[in-house]
Amino acid sequence: MRFADLLQFNGRLLLRQRFRTAMSLLAMAVGVAAVLLLTGLGEGARQFVLNEFSLLGSDVLIMLPGRKETTGGMPPITGEGTRDITLEDVEALGRLNGVRRVAPLIVGNAQTHVGGRSRELLTVGTSEVFFAIRKLKTLQGRPLPVMPLKRAEPVCILGTDARRELFGARPALGEWLRIGDRRFRVIGILDDRGESLGMEMSEAILIPVAAAQQIFDVQGMFRVFLQVRPGSPMEDVRGEILALMQQRHGGERDVTLITQDALLGAFDDILRLLTLGVGAIAAISLLVAGILIMNITLISVSQRTREIGLLKALGASAATVRLLFVCEALQLALLGCLIGIASGYGLLALGHWLWPLLPFVVSLWALGAALLIAIATALLFAWLPASRAARLPPVLALQGMQGGAR
Amino acid sequence: MIRLEAVCRTYRLGDQPVKALDRVDLDIDAGAYVSVMGPSGSGKSTLLNVIGLLDTPDSGRYQLEGREMTCLDEEARAAERNRRIGFVFQAYHLIDRLSARENIELPLVLAGMAPSERRPLVDDIVDRLGLTERAGHLPRQLSGGQRQRVAIARAVIRKPALLLADEPTGNLDSHSGAEVIELLEELNDQGITLLVVTHDPNIGRRAGRRLRMEDGRITADRSGTETGDALR
Repeated sequence: MRFADLLQFNGRLLLRQRFRTAMSLLAMAVGVAAVLLLTGLGEGARQFVLNEFSLLGSDVLIMLPGRKETTGGMPPITGEGTRDITLEDVEALGRLNGVRRVAPLIVGNAQTHVGGRSRELLTVGTSEVFFAIRKLKTLQGRPLPVMPLKRAEPVCILGTDARRELFGARPALGEWLRIGDRRFRVIGILDDRGESLGMEMSEAILIPVAAAQQIFDVQGMFRVFLQVRPGSPMEDVRGEILALMQQRHGGERDVTLITQDALLGAFDDILRLLTLGVGAIAAISLLVAGILIMNITLISVSQRTREIGLLKALGASAATVRLLFVCEALQLALLGCLIGIASGYGLLALGHWLWPLLPFVVSLWALGAALLIAIATALLFAWLPASRAARLPPVLALQGMQGGAR
Repeated sequence: MIRLEAVCRTYRLGDQPVKALDRVDLDIDAGAYVSVMGPSGSGKSTLLNVIGLLDTPDSGRYQLEGREMTCLDEEARAAERNRRIGFVFQAYHLIDRLSARENIELPLVLAGMAPSERRPLVDDIVDRLGLTERAGHLPRQLSGGQRQRVAIARAVIRKPALLLADEPTGNLDSHSGAEVIELLEELNDQGITLLVVTHDPNIGRRAGRRLRMEDGRITADRSGTETGDALR
């Protein structure tokens, strides 16, 4: 039997049983679309996180106060409270050979007042270097001025949302505002770049680090960002930094250094696993669709017993009969796959249109896996009923009997 | 053309073995017109099925056009059925979702013939059997007589040497039945070997050679013109 004839013959059959065909197509399509959607979402989330984190640049180290062991084991019992990372520490770090620049960071929530308005805003105390390392730009005005770290200049930069909340439609640049009991002049507005590293910069207010120390009444840094000098090996600089801090803190190694790669690696692993997991769950629906196709094929075989007998009488061999039924299932599966792929892509595109921030990507491996599983289940599950049809003795089949005994 | 030697076929009906064919010997010449009559369960359909390669004998030998058929496997038997044998059934066995034309075309499709080769063959047979106007209709839009004509067209489209008809008029009124028989006889006149199984003595007696079966055996085998015996 020719392939085109085979397709046409089965096509007629599927058209004839529209409802049944539609139902199995739906099941297949839902399965495939589910796989595409879920893996697409997972993959999108992964890329989103990776993009956010890589903004930091791979030459940046983050220092945290306190020692956080990632190797497991008991936490130190004898440790008296860890020492603060002071501004002197930051300055000393900046003088290291392998360090290009250092940005201190103090973060807290503080009440900010303008005229009658009052808002609690994320207040970030830092220096001009932070702008460079985090690639922050100003929409209006200028970033924090270059000045000694210890000078608490009364200036601030507003995120766009913070600006709107405090000033509404009024111009903010050059105006004065009050954080806690200190007055600051607005010298710049941040370019809106959304959230990064878990900090909503558009709702933040940036002030000199010394001013933040006074507002929050703290000495120690929340974080220190260190950018490694180009050409210096990361590992060497790491050792240098840790040695310096140990020396400055009386022999106690009480800071933690994180590289972006370590962070990213962990996130990447988790999200990849998550994507695989939801993909696998969706693949189960494909399996269900496969079982449905098996049932459909079984019904088809028992309803068409006489037809099978006739085809055999007309010269169809057992192989041809099996091919007919397997092909019927395959045609259903493939058509269902196509519909599923189309709707999966459609929904992902719609999602991307609704939330442009989240990149929706259909990974080719998910597409391939969905197709493969769909076709494999259809083949696998149709094989049994099709073989049953192929084995039917023609004489009995012509009489509409399926009995295996002759 | 057909040669059966000591062919046996036993069915199992529940626990009871039923001898449908009991050491049947039969020779049929090419171009012959043979009718097989007998009571229900006498084995006439089984004989037809064995000759038509739909059923395999338990023992004995079967030669078709000088070729041994008993040793063929199912694939080879399917190919032989396609090439050498045409079937006409009581219940027509048309595929109801296919038009008359597509039903007729089916054996060619199964043989893997290209559409361009199929078309003239189908056109020719449709024309010869006067089905041109009905070719595009579905079986349910046709009368019983027309359906059986379509079935006959399908049976002979491959130009088989042997045409087997199992109660071809069983579902038809006498007028349509007569037309169908005339069509079969016309095909026989053109050289096809025709074997008709029937209950109807009026049809059975028209054949040049008349077999009678009882309990799986051929009990009478008459040739030539009708004698008074056969009328009883």
